[in-house]
This record gives sequence, C-alpha cells and structure tokens, in this order.
Amino acid sequence: MNTESLGSIFLNAALVNNFVLAYFLGICPFLGVSGRMETATKMGGAVMFVMLISSMSAYGIHAFLVSIDAPFLQLISYIVVIASTVQLVEMFIKKISPALFKSLGIFLPLITTNCAILGVALFQTSKGYGFLESVVYSLGAGAGFMLALVLIAGIREQMNFADVPNISKGTALTLFIAGILSLCFMGFAGLGA
Amino acid sequence: MSNDNSTTKEKVTSTDEFIKGLWRDNPVFVQVLGMCPVLAVSNTAENALAMGLATAFVLLMSNILVSLLRNFVPKQVRIASYILIIATFVTVTDYAIQAISVELHKSLGAFISLIVVNCLILSRAEAFASKNTIGRSILDALGMGFGFTLALFCLGAVREILGNGSIFNVPLFSEGYQSWIVMILPAGGFFTLALWLLIINAIQTRKVKS
Repeated sequence: MNTESLGSIFLNAALVNNFVLAYFLGICPFLGVSGRMETATKMGGAVMFVMLISSMSAYGIHAFLVSIDAPFLQLISYIVVIASTVQLVEMFIKKISPALFKSLGIFLPLITTNCAILGVALFQTSKGYGFLESVVYSLGAGAGFMLALVLIAGIREQMNFADVPNISKGTALTLFIAGILSLCFMGFAGLGA
Repeated sequence: MSNDNSTTKEKVTSTDEFIKGLWRDNPVFVQVLGMCPVLAVSNTAENALAMGLATAFVLLMSNILVSLLRNFVPKQVRIASYILIIATFVTVTDYAIQAISVELHKSLGAFISLIVVNCLILSRAEAFASKNTIGRSILDALGMGFGFTLALFCLGAVREILGNGSIFNVPLFSEGYQSWIVMILPAGGFFTLALWLLIINAIQTRKVKS
C-alpha cells in the first residue's frame, strides 16, 4: 500500500473514491447544508480544516497507542480529538466572523458527528499511511467533500425554480440528484490506479 | 426530533413510545437521520440486518446509561460525555462482531466504528434519554432501533434482489436474469432510498387527504 504516489493518493481520495458519493461519508451535512451555495462553500472549508488537523493528530495518536499496546482506545481517542478541534474551530469562527457563525448554525457543532472526518482518521490507519501520506489523503478527502457539496448546492439552487411533483420535494429530490452525481463520479474509476 | 420531549410525557402510553420509532417517527424515512450507514452497507440484506442490529444494540445501551446518568452529568459537558459513552459501546460491539464472524466484520468494515458518529444515536441521547426515565428510554431505544433496522432491511432487500438477483444469498431468479449492477453500486443506494421516501410521502399525503 505504501508504494502509491502522493498524487494518486490525492486523486483517489478526491475523485475516484469520493468520500460523499462513493463511500457515503458525511451525508448528513451533505443533505443538510447544501441548499445554498454560500453556506456550502464555507461548510466545506471548515470541514477541510478539521479534517486536516484531526488526520495529523490521528497519526500521532495511533503511533502512541501502538507503542503502549492499547489499540482498543483508538476510537475513543480519535473522537475526543475531533470534538476538541471542532470546538476550537467554533471559537475561531465566532471571533473572526459572527455572521458566518450564525449562518452555519447547528451544523458547526455537528461537524463532530461528520462521519467523513472520523472516516479519514480510520481509513488512513487501516491503510498504514505515513505522516505525509496521511496529510495528502486528508487534503484529498476534504477537497472531494468540498467538490461534492458545491456541485449539489449549485444544482439545488437551480432546482428551486423547477416544477417537481409535490411528493418528491425535499429530501427525495436531493437524493435523486446525489444518485445521478454519484453515477457521474463513477466515470473517474481507474484514474488513480 | 424535538417535538417528542417531556411535554407529552403523561399522555403517551408505553406502547406508543415503542411504536413511534417504527412508523410515525421512523429514524430513516421520516427524520432522515443516520444516513451514512444506511446508504453504505445496505447493498445486501444480510449486511443491512447486521448493521441495523449492531446500531440498535449501541442505541439501547447508550440510552440506558445516559438515562441513568442524566442527573449527574453537568450540562456543559453533556455532548462530550454522550459521545464517550457511545464510543465505548461501539468498541465493545466492534470486538464482539469480530469474535462472532470475521467475514461479516470484513464486509461491514469501518462502518462499525462509524456507528459512533451516527446522528441517530446522539440525537436520541440528547432529545430523549437525557430527559426521561430509564424504562421509557429503553422502550424508545427499542422502537427507534427496530425502526432503523427495518428501514435498513427494506433498502438492503431491494438492492440485493435487483442488483444480485438473490436474497440472503439465495438466488431468486433463473440463470437468464440480468442483474442491475447499478443497484449494488453507490448510486443505487441513493436511488433506492429516494424511491422509498417517495412511496412513504405518497402514503402520507393520501392519508392526510382522506
């Protein structure tokens, strides 16, 4: 596994195995905040940042847990690191831009339960990535999350003006769009291999 | 999610507490919570059932513990403590599944660990178990857990039948059946869930009209 080049790790995480559309990680914010383009990009940025920090910490934690022979603490320590990083980001955003803080609302603390972030930490451990590879992997995953979020937000903004049957309004319609997007992303298969 | 709080405590009977998770407040079809495992491991009926039961177990245990501790945990750190409680039970489940069936553990993969971040469990802890007695919390967890399992099974069964031509690995059709590969792939997950939501919306709308 360690023979992969950094470029292919990035492409793999961002496009071929896109976290949202191929692994189904981070679906909740994907469905929740993708209504408007503006919030979608900001949410994407926040997630990318948390992902990067937690991935770097996860690398250190994993090395430490292996050295003291306590792998069963892995999950608990990862989630604690992610929760505290999110707390940090929350305070940071509140200080820098109260308006953005307001528009992200409940979804900011909910980044903690964004499975994509824990997913990155777990996958990089199980794939046995080194430090540099982990960083590239998390950047790729973050970029892929951002891409998927922005794509669907753009489509949903257009859909506001479409006349769809009443029963398919809301989540069902978003899921159909996501399905079609996921089909498109299948076209990338084989790119990173 | 927030309208089933303690305000209706006196009026709701115990059976109601159980039933609501199965249909009226079904976590997947109505509340749209915990989507990630729903879509990711519902490619066969067997995986879906195992995942549903594992989640239901964690939900039950964490609801019990959260309900027991509800008067001791300070408000400021409640979310962090809920997550720790959940993570503990998920670790237990992870090791238990590994001991029971290595094969199953492999096919569910990282998604067992990812039960920690299933919003359904956290939302039940926050919205229900932290405000209700232990008995009601158990009923609530059982209802929600079975509702979740049922929804997962609905998806898994449809995807396996169409995508593989079988159910629980038992072939259903003759050799000539051309399976719809797309149903097993990620896109199929989105489409199947969307279809189920359409059906349920249609039923609800008809009910309101009549």
